[in-house]
Amino acid sequence: MSGVHLPPAGGPPGAPEADPPAGTPAELALEPVAEDERGTSLWRGAWRRLRRDPAAIVGAVIVLAFVLVAVLAPLVAPYAPAGAQWANQVTPSSVPGPSDEHRLGLDSFGSDLFTQLVYGARQSLLIGVVSTVIGLGVGAALGLLAGAFGGWVDVAVMRVVDIMLSIPSLLLAVSIAAVVGPSATALMIAIGAAQVPIFARLLRGSMLGQRGSDYVLAASSLGLRRRRVVMSHMLPNSLSPVIVQGTLTLATAIIEVAALSYLGLGDPNPTVAEWGRMLVRAQDRLATDPHLAILPGACIAVTALGFTLFGEALRESLDPTFRR
Amino acid sequence: MTQTTARPTSPDRTEGGAALLEVRDLGVEFVRRGAEPVRAVDGVSLSVRAGEVRGLVGESGSGKSVTSLAVMGLLPHRSSRTTGSVRLAGTELLGMAPRRLAALRGDQMAMVFQDPMSSLNPVVPIGTQVTEVLRTHTDVDRAGARDEAEDLLRRVGIPDPRRRLRDYPHQLSGGMRQRALIAIALACKPRLLIADEPTTALDVTIQAQVLELLRQLVAETGTAMLLITHDLGVVAGLCDDVTVMYSGRVVETATRRELFSRPAHRYTEGLLASVPRLDSARGEPLRPIPGTPRDVLPWSRACAFAPRCPHADRDCADPSLALRAHEGLAAEHLARCAHPALPEGSEPVAAGAGA
Repeated sequence: MSGVHLPPAGGPPGAPEADPPAGTPAELALEPVAEDERGTSLWRGAWRRLRRDPAAIVGAVIVLAFVLVAVLAPLVAPYAPAGAQWANQVTPSSVPGPSDEHRLGLDSFGSDLFTQLVYGARQSLLIGVVSTVIGLGVGAALGLLAGAFGGWVDVAVMRVVDIMLSIPSLLLAVSIAAVVGPSATALMIAIGAAQVPIFARLLRGSMLGQRGSDYVLAASSLGLRRRRVVMSHMLPNSLSPVIVQGTLTLATAIIEVAALSYLGLGDPNPTVAEWGRMLVRAQDRLATDPHLAILPGACIAVTALGFTLFGEALRESLDPTFRR
Repeated sequence: MTQTTARPTSPDRTEGGAALLEVRDLGVEFVRRGAEPVRAVDGVSLSVRAGEVRGLVGESGSGKSVTSLAVMGLLPHRSSRTTGSVRLAGTELLGMAPRRLAALRGDQMAMVFQDPMSSLNPVVPIGTQVTEVLRTHTDVDRAGARDEAEDLLRRVGIPDPRRRLRDYPHQLSGGMRQRALIAIALACKPRLLIADEPTTALDVTIQAQVLELLRQLVAETGTAMLLITHDLGVVAGLCDDVTVMYSGRVVETATRRELFSRPAHRYTEGLLASVPRLDSARGEPLRPIPGTPRDVLPWSRACAFAPRCPHADRDCADPSLALRAHEGLAAEHLARCAHPALPEGSEPVAAGAGA
């Protein structure tokens, strides 16, 4: 955004503009612009509404905390991750609980539980973000193609997307992970592929909505090339629902990472910390040590909640018809 | 294609008095699957000379906007069929390769639309919207285009243009937006400017400013202008010649003076009579044309205006009604009417219908 925006004034919206009567251009130059209209572009207005929305703030705090923990994992965690250093303290019947050395106790393999949770955040964030980027990138490219060209290109692309959409996303992800073999990369591709149809449909619909608009006709009347009209006029106007969906999809992606790891499709290396796999391991000790399942479960739920809260608030703040 | 490369800069662009825009027998049909094609424009002929303004008048649905879109080649290819001939400075535009036509649009001919808010892209700064036209059609560099854009905004009367370049459309007032739109249309000094109801979305004082601006620009640059409007006040103030359309056909064409002093077609007569006048008696009711534009007959059977016309009779059911000269009218004054209002017959409506 440009630097000339003034801070939003508190004046009444749509204040009448004082226009002087017709005259020479020099006189016309006095025509003022309503000051309270300044600095209210789409994203600026959205930002102002976001700051006032408690749900958005809670969501943003959770997301920020999650990202910080994930990025700064080596600083936050008390021990190195690939542990199982204290395996000798774990017996088949009991796992040591919280102590001075291990704030949350050990996990069933004898690693520090807190360290595992912290590094699990890193794994979730990495896979979640990369898969969402894959889904958004491929989906948006397909949607752009369909929305910009229309006609048979649209029909062809959207039939492919419909087929993808008819397969349950978890099943699609499982099949892809099964074909590629269990690994973090497989998870990313699988989850990303499952998200492609949503983004494709969203951007296509949004682009089609722009096609009939006056400014697109005006841009064509100026002889602008089609690529220019599509890329610098239609696309920027179509992006906001895609960005909102991206935030919401991150929540789903984090849950799906856990779900697929739970099903044994994640990284085969057992020492890599991952919330979904921590749930699997906690299963046989559910009766004696429920905190082994509850803590990673809570991490998954809270993180997903944070992204959802923030995404929903973003959607509302960007929707001009939803003003409070 | 000589005129795309050689950009005439001198204001004198008249080519031996020949019209710059020459539309002959233009027809536009909209085709829909499983339905009869709709004939929106039928046999329209008109011409505009450089430095002159032709008004194209008619009510909603009379085909005036479709005519302008057909001239610009902006009608959807899949669902419309255009016939006839559109010549810009002697070059036939209909059937021209889309790429060549796109090179002419914005450069040789440009258009100003009705609603400046929706015709400007809300998420692109004004400056970018001006410079992208310049950079599409000329080879100025970024800085040069920026200077030129600033200059253009200043010329259309936008104060502090350098700062305005960075503003978004919603940050400008309605009148400013229309000025910006005019600046964009005029960026490449087009030889033909089509203005499609350029003042409809503006309030009355701003309307006057914008019309004055358009008149100045036409006078300075020698641009030919086709002004589409349903506002006779705008016609009276700005146009040299007027073409009146009804239900897709031209019903009358004349110079402004002729049209206002001696309207021949009964529709034009009704239009002029329906304009409220300052010198009319207080409390005198308005005189609308009875019926609605939907009460039409197909031109292939009769005069389309006949169902609403107080003078209609058997003669009007003539499918071969032609646009022709009438006795007592100037030679270039043509009307498509079986019972035209001729000077000696009925009392003519006085000139200068002020709005």
